[in-house]
Amino acid sequence: MVLLAQQPDASTLAAAMFYLFAAGAAASALMVVISRNIVRMAVALMFTLTSVAGLYFTLNAEFLAAVQLVVYAGGTLILIVFGVMLTSKSPFSRFAPRAGEVAAAIAIGGLLLVGLLYGINSIPRGTGRPLETGDAYPLQQLGQALLGDYLIPFELASVLLLVVMIGAAYLAKGRRREHESRET
Amino acid sequence: MLLATAPIALHHYLVVGAILFVCGLVTMLTKRNAIGILMGVELVLNAANVNLVAFNRFTQGATAAGALRLDGQIFAIFVIVLAAAEAAVALAIFLNFYNNFSTIDVERAQNLKG
Repeated sequence: MVLLAQQPDASTLAAAMFYLFAAGAAASALMVVISRNIVRMAVALMFTLTSVAGLYFTLNAEFLAAVQLVVYAGGTLILIVFGVMLTSKSPFSRFAPRAGEVAAAIAIGGLLLVGLLYGINSIPRGTGRPLETGDAYPLQQLGQALLGDYLIPFELASVLLLVVMIGAAYLAKGRRREHESRET
Repeated sequence: MLLATAPIALHHYLVVGAILFVCGLVTMLTKRNAIGILMGVELVLNAANVNLVAFNRFTQGATAAGALRLDGQIFAIFVIVLAAAEAAVALAIFLNFYNNFSTIDVERAQNLKG
């Protein structure tokens, strides 16, 4: 008798992918909290952002996952790493918070987590469609929604980005030029 | 926990979002490095995004053509845009702070203290 290998059905595969990315995201977020070195925190944040992008892939949000990887993990995180490199005096500098603050923060975080889990538990079971039904939506629908129903936020976002670009460039340039012009 | 054996549903994603949110909050509260606080903000925004996309996937109805409605995902796209913009401005501010005080420790920012 030939023992056929059991094909993993869609639900176990979906569950495996979810648990992989969820565990990655939760563990990396925990590393961000625990690490004392700012560079280790940045690396852990990178893993968190990538795991969240994987979660988006399991949620049928492929475009959003690509945007997350390109903009968040590949843009914002690089910006944060630039900031870390530009503002660290010594490679081993670490600022330790006071023990009382840490205890208070963990207490607040624990209370909030308990409250959130209690609230999640109160959602009736069986809400929504099961995970493994794949909805393929054409990217065209997203584009039409962005330029149709969501045109005003889209335009406002572009204006915001322009303002932020100018503001950040001006802020980051520093005041050295003003000092030089005052001395001369 | 019953969640571990149930098929993957909305609750699982909400739990992930809750864990990310609480980690971001504790990061914001305990880090003295200003960029560490910014990382906490990014974690909180990611948690909100996970919630938005999960609700969109599980509870959003269908359009007339039968495809999934995308309001949650579009909301999440705008949150990502705003998070990137806010990170840029925050880093510009931190650079100025570092130029003025020679440190990135937020405990040193006490000039406005009463």
